[in-house]
Amino acid sequence: MHTIQSRVIYLDNASTTPLDPRVREAMLPYLTERYGNPSSIHKVGREAREAVEDARRKVADTIGASPEEIYFTGSGSEGNNLAIKGIAWANRSRGKHIITTKIEHKCVLNTCHYLEKHGFDITYLDVDEYGVVDLEQLKSSLRDDTILVSVMYANNEVGTLQPIKEISQILKKRDIYLHTDAVQVLGKLPLDVEKLGVDVLTLSAHKIYGPKGVGAVYVRKGTRMDPLIHGGGQERGLRSGTENVPGIVGFGTAAELAKNLLLEDKAKFERFSEKLINEIPERIENVKFNGHPKKRVPNIVNFSFPRVEGESIVMYLDLEGIAASTGSACTSKSLEPSHVLTAMGISPEVAHGSLRISFGRFNDEYDVDKLLEVLPGIIEKLRKMSPLG
Amino acid sequence: MIKMYSEKVMEHFRNPKNVGEMKDPDGVGEVGNPVCGDVMKVYIKVSKKGGKEIISNIKFKTFGCVAAIASSSMLTEIVKGKTLEEAERITRKDVSEALGGLPPVKEHCSNLAADALKKAILDYLSKRGKNEGGPERS
Repeated sequence: MHTIQSRVIYLDNASTTPLDPRVREAMLPYLTERYGNPSSIHKVGREAREAVEDARRKVADTIGASPEEIYFTGSGSEGNNLAIKGIAWANRSRGKHIITTKIEHKCVLNTCHYLEKHGFDITYLDVDEYGVVDLEQLKSSLRDDTILVSVMYANNEVGTLQPIKEISQILKKRDIYLHTDAVQVLGKLPLDVEKLGVDVLTLSAHKIYGPKGVGAVYVRKGTRMDPLIHGGGQERGLRSGTENVPGIVGFGTAAELAKNLLLEDKAKFERFSEKLINEIPERIENVKFNGHPKKRVPNIVNFSFPRVEGESIVMYLDLEGIAASTGSACTSKSLEPSHVLTAMGISPEVAHGSLRISFGRFNDEYDVDKLLEVLPGIIEKLRKMSPLG
Repeated sequence: MIKMYSEKVMEHFRNPKNVGEMKDPDGVGEVGNPVCGDVMKVYIKVSKKGGKEIISNIKFKTFGCVAAIASSSMLTEIVKGKTLEEAERITRKDVSEALGGLPPVKEHCSNLAADALKKAILDYLSKRGKNEGGPERS
């Protein structure tokens, strides 16, 4: 508890990731001497334009898309807002029904709540105990006026993968768009928009060792979508505003690295996760693994420790120099535990004691061992403090 | 979402004072709900000093966040040695101020601590009332 930590053991890579030094190197010229506006026709502008288009090709290449199907945004949240509101507004004459799930990120759920206020009808699909969406419920929820199905590819809290390919099969031959939030998948599993059969897919740079403040949406050619930001018509009219050139360049390099290092990163994440999944229950009594044992992204591991509260676990880990996170949000009078764990049928008491560990490219064996070393003592201390039997 | 805790809060979280159960407590108070992520249990020992009843010992057990644990610990520190009348007057504000303030969304945690203590005192008074056949106070 009192040792001075020289280095933070960062196990919260699903929240954000550190910048890869190679990404920083690629960005630096665009923060200094290459300051051009990509819309300018002179040399300085053309240089910036080339850099943006090069990044676009790299991002497209990583997910099996064409460059002209990639639109840069300001964040993953903006991408999800654009996908859902953009499709909703552009297709509202055709129908006002949208299907999503109960375990989406807040930027999807709150976008849907906003659309409800504007007359749209939203169906929130249930998930099973592993966090997998119910396909039968999806089928029976489809209506003539359904315009969009939005289901995240990997859940950010428990890592569970959704059967996106199966969903696209179900929607085949129907005039319904399929959107997936894939920010947690890029760099962890192979990602191919053709194989998935999606129309719109959301990405974010800072989840793959790129900079914050830049994301992208893949939008299949022919998709009817309105912009959220109107102006000079950048990004082929779908997202006005002068391009975040250094951010986009960083995203391009980060995407290229994610593709080239995928097998290496993935193998490491699998090894680390397996170690945690095997050893946490051996070292700590009465724990609950949250998520799907197989259908998962390899870098996210979520456990519940009944009788203790998540924020306390996170802060004791913090005192030991380890950064992790929890789905317990003791932040208001209502004290709602994670909506994801609750949707998975986990009781609020158990959901409050959840801990999410998420690995990244810069973690090593030592980080995993250190967590395994200090976690049992923390849980024991908190359980001794707990009045719950 | 403000999640900044004062030094004092972290000190009490890191090394909470008076944690544990008490054998033969004179009063016990429990508040909160595991569903809400907060349960606090306070045990008190009451003795006479100079003709007044004082809280001579206090222990707590808490399930909850950093603010809940720190509030419980701080409460026990404030209360020890106080007369029952003084202890009853302790408010959420006293706890939170002694901690150097809590993030607004965490203020309810200090409330919980003050409530647990009040319940423990009530428990003591009702037991005493029964034992001595005296009037029960509320």
